[in-house]
Amino acid sequence: MQTKRQYEVVFIVDPTADEEVAKLTEGFSQIITDQGGVVTKAETMGKRQLAYEINHHKDGTFVLLEIEGSGREIAELERRMRVNDRILRYLTVRVDEDRRRADKLKDRRARKAAKRPAPAHGSGSRRGGSMEFAEAAGE
Amino acid sequence: MSTNYEDRPRGGGYDSDDDGDRRPMGGRGGGRRMHRRRVCRFCIDKVDLIDFKDVRLLQNYLPERGKILPRRISGNCATHQRMLAEAIKRARNIALLPYTTD
Repeated sequence: MQTKRQYEVVFIVDPTADEEVAKLTEGFSQIITDQGGVVTKAETMGKRQLAYEINHHKDGTFVLLEIEGSGREIAELERRMRVNDRILRYLTVRVDEDRRRADKLKDRRARKAAKRPAPAHGSGSRRGGSMEFAEAAGE
Repeated sequence: MSTNYEDRPRGGGYDSDDDGDRRPMGGRGGGRRMHRRRVCRFCIDKVDLIDFKDVRLLQNYLPERGKILPRRISGNCATHQRMLAEAIKRARNIALLPYTTD
């Protein structure tokens, strides 16, 4: 198998079932572990107003899970969330590829900076110029 | 995908975009409230990832109506506009941001 995939799962819990949030989160984490995944982070983002009504609810409790695994546990997790009416909505995003890309860019930038400690004339001065521009225009 | 966007804003690409924009603005005469930034904010801040949970940030790119602010107004580069649009759409799906407001 290749490298593990990373996912971010956000789900919204029915605000009337506030006491169940911890239990639900734990239950979902258990599902992930049973399927061979790893929950790297479980965080309750708190009660928030929804931008639009979902099933006549105006607010909900947001929970964020970060998961590492093969992808099979995500299928199971989503299936469980779909049938649970306490869960108003969920969203799964695969993040490993984007993060890798971001790291690569950061790396490249670091290497570039190391290569030219004192920036060359052209790019250095011009970059400075554009920054001033942005500040002036932004205000 | 090679995203060499560090070099982009300095290139000629966006000067020409600038010219193309100003003329119609002047013609319409309604260009008073233009918040032109010219430069991609994300490039300046060297942002590599735009998180859909960062509502505060995304809201800057959603005017009253809730539509995604076009690139020609915000001045974002293509790469970052794409990332931003993706993030906004995700945030909408999970009800962090509205699809419409009225």
